[in-house]
Amino acid sequence: MKTIQFQPTVILFLLFSATPLFSQSETSGQNLLLTSVIAICVVLILWALLTLANNLMRIEASKHGIDTNKNNFSVFPGLADFINQKPSFTTGEKFINLTKGFDIKLEGEAKKAIETVQVNRFAIKPTDFRGMSPIPKIEVEIGQSVKAGDVLFYDKKRDTIQYVAPVSGEIVAVERGEKRSIASVVILADKKMDYRKFTTPDFTSCSREELVSFLQSSGLWTLINERPFDRVPDTQKVPVNIFISTFDTAPLAPDFNFVVSGNETSFQKGLDVLKVLTSGFVHLGLDGRSKNIPPHDAFRNTTGVKKTYFSGKHPAGNVGIQIHHVAPIKSGQTVWTLGVQDVITIGNMFLHKIYDASRIIALTGAELKSPAYVKSYIGCNVADLLKNNIAGENNRIVSGDVLSGKQVDNDGFLGYRDDQITVIKEGNDYELFGWLLPQSPRPSLSGTFPNFLYPDHQFTAETNTHGEKRAMVVTGQYEEVLPVDTYPQHLFKAILTNNIEKMEGLGILELTEEDVALCEFACTSKSPLQKILRDGLEIVKEQS
Amino acid sequence: MSLLNFLKKIEPDKKKSPFLHTLYDGFFTFAYAPNTVTKDGVHIRDGMDLKRLMVYVVIALQLCYIFGTYNIGHQHFIAAGQYLGFLEGFHLKLAFGLIQMLPIFVVAHVVGLGIEFFYAAKKGHGIEEGFLVSGALIPLIMPPDIPIWILTLSVAFAVIIGKEAFGGTGMNIWNIALLSRVFVFFAYPLTISGDQCWISGFEKISGGAAVNYNWWHTGFFNSLFEWIGLDTFNTGLKVPDGFTGATPLAMAYEGGWEKVTQYFSESQLLWGTIPGSIGETSKVLIVVGALFLIITKVASWRIMAGMVLGLIVTTLLLNSIGSTPFMQVTWTQHLLMGSFLFAMAFMATDPVTASSTNRGKWIYGFFIGVIGLIIRVMNPAYPEGWMLAILLMNTFAPTIDYFILESNIKKRMNRV
Repeated sequence: MKTIQFQPTVILFLLFSATPLFSQSETSGQNLLLTSVIAICVVLILWALLTLANNLMRIEASKHGIDTNKNNFSVFPGLADFINQKPSFTTGEKFINLTKGFDIKLEGEAKKAIETVQVNRFAIKPTDFRGMSPIPKIEVEIGQSVKAGDVLFYDKKRDTIQYVAPVSGEIVAVERGEKRSIASVVILADKKMDYRKFTTPDFTSCSREELVSFLQSSGLWTLINERPFDRVPDTQKVPVNIFISTFDTAPLAPDFNFVVSGNETSFQKGLDVLKVLTSGFVHLGLDGRSKNIPPHDAFRNTTGVKKTYFSGKHPAGNVGIQIHHVAPIKSGQTVWTLGVQDVITIGNMFLHKIYDASRIIALTGAELKSPAYVKSYIGCNVADLLKNNIAGENNRIVSGDVLSGKQVDNDGFLGYRDDQITVIKEGNDYELFGWLLPQSPRPSLSGTFPNFLYPDHQFTAETNTHGEKRAMVVTGQYEEVLPVDTYPQHLFKAILTNNIEKMEGLGILELTEEDVALCEFACTSKSPLQKILRDGLEIVKEQS
Repeated sequence: MSLLNFLKKIEPDKKKSPFLHTLYDGFFTFAYAPNTVTKDGVHIRDGMDLKRLMVYVVIALQLCYIFGTYNIGHQHFIAAGQYLGFLEGFHLKLAFGLIQMLPIFVVAHVVGLGIEFFYAAKKGHGIEEGFLVSGALIPLIMPPDIPIWILTLSVAFAVIIGKEAFGGTGMNIWNIALLSRVFVFFAYPLTISGDQCWISGFEKISGGAAVNYNWWHTGFFNSLFEWIGLDTFNTGLKVPDGFTGATPLAMAYEGGWEKVTQYFSESQLLWGTIPGSIGETSKVLIVVGALFLIITKVASWRIMAGMVLGLIVTTLLLNSIGSTPFMQVTWTQHLLMGSFLFAMAFMATDPVTASSTNRGKWIYGFFIGVIGLIIRVMNPAYPEGWMLAILLMNTFAPTIDYFILESNIKKRMNRV
């Protein structure tokens, strides 16, 4: 339908743009007049033909019983085709359409069904928490049994914040990494979950301090992420706003509409708790990409929050992008961000008085036999999750999505904040003239690949870099995929030259790795942009 | 896979012979996309890399190459008063074009790539692909009669002073190809301006001058064509009286569009069967190349649009003054003459030297259009302005970006 509608506009545009060309090259005024008249005649004839076609189409449609008054049923492009129409379900809420971005369509989307897997081991990794001292104080011993919600360790620098067990079971290992740092605390889970009973304060009446100290002691505090530096929040600072994105646009990302169903009350409860903790608002970013399918009622019908609908390609679902468009972080301020399932965990604490670390995890990627959703807990073992599910031999397992996830071992554990595993093929082979004549289709933003001919093709991506690292040559490439009012290339150059003032001026504090991951994907020069950005953030943090 | 094994086997040692290894690496990565995998950042990467990008520009230039080569021969025979039809004497025109073109092409690449390889080996990094495009552009913007030693000097100057001195590909301030041309222009002006240099194969372009053939014409190709039974190069040809080797721009400077159309028809100007630098005469083929670059998103359409806009605005302004015949030339006529389109499609759009912000690209392109046209119309010494306009705006591109970044920074600061 869309293609049929746009053809006349193209023809009209070509005609009008060609008219001055014809007429200018003629020197005498009469020829100019003549060509103009001819051009107008051609346009009129075309218009008449199109009107005829339009009416014939309507007659045909009414024969088939199609309502021609709905959905801009016409050969001509309607006004709505030019002005991006708000979906009707956004009634009264803010709607933001982001034009920049890119959706990487990959093979291996998770089937909308929760499959059962038996996961035995779980681990909490201190390395998942940025800024934590390498050797935290371990509160448990090997062989000790713990309940879900019991304290595992805490950071000596910030000893009130407790890191708790996601499941009940026996501590089987405290693995160490480089320089005797703690790599992970591993729990062998019980068959039947045993929860530590909490007594929750009444968050509607108690003081903020009381609530904050409860969150710290119950392990809920560690679920919160503090921007701009992405860490477990400072206990003294009050966030100006709290942001939650209720949709993820990353490649093969889990569908939160599916994840949230059944947890509506917990989600709302979690939001109610969060509302008390900020001096501003709790902001929800909702999915407005589809004109007809509204997001889940659990998101739409929430109360006490500010809702904003976003439409656009990835990274429209990134919370950082949403913050930028709703209420950008100002210098010296902090905001909190949470995932949907983190909010549910907080809600469950205040509903059922337990630390419920259950997570619905999307197993995705082209190398899986049956990509699907599974239910497990924070920090579950990857080998258990993917048992008998991996197809090939030479694979990479990513905790998270392919853009900003972390590579994990075959026997590794899911990242603390991750709710997705992607398994893709390693691309460690040579390709004859691969740079000029690729032997397999690959996702790309470039017009040099005929990908625009297959807009819905799902690619089987590999980890090959498809080229060597070079100096930054191409310009305007990052801007095309980053819907933030800044100049990313100059920001990266400012970081590389250690220019702190310029970094802050160009908004480094508004960005995080996942936001620029798409820039890194698209980069012709194969620069490590996420690493550069993190280095820059570390520099700024040290200075402030 | 046997080719791969063979190539792996002959890999020279990096420590013992660094230069050889760099050379090997350059050719190996040309043949095989390397097996490196992503680490630490994104796990998948776009299929696009710098090699592919550069080669797409070279592909876009191919039509200009084919036509340019043939046109060298065509112009030669027109000046000799023989085979006046475009396709008459096809084999002779092609042979003549190749005899002129191949040395220019080979020398430009050998000199440029040689320097590139040397510096890559010296700095110990892989060969960057920057010269692929510069090397393809330089022959096209030179006059067909350029002496090889001048070409050698100009390429060496451009690559060493213009690029390697600044740190290699991606670091240069000025467009490499234009720098080599501007070197010729200032050091040896007579080889690249006036009405003598645009047609090759004569001692002098004036009535009665004889053709100037060498062994390739009279020995190699003549015996080949004789053997096949085709026409051969005739050493007795002379330039007819009253013939001029002037380009349309020189004529327009003297007598406006009327003078141009006395000698050249509009279709000649459009299709490019006129004297000029090797690759810039055919407007149609350049537009095809430009569209190819825009569709593949290799070149910035903003710069091109900005330049056209600048040209139109300045022409309208000059038209309204109209004190010399050249000022009365309309903008469509300006598009048909000279090398505006070539400069727009392939020179100004070099991402390294152009403005790097999207808004900056409009400004950058616009001012190239304005300044270039002012030079073209107002400057009596040299009737084409794009080379100097682009180099001037190359210099100012960082300044444009600076002000655009400042406005963004200020906007962000005001939010606080």
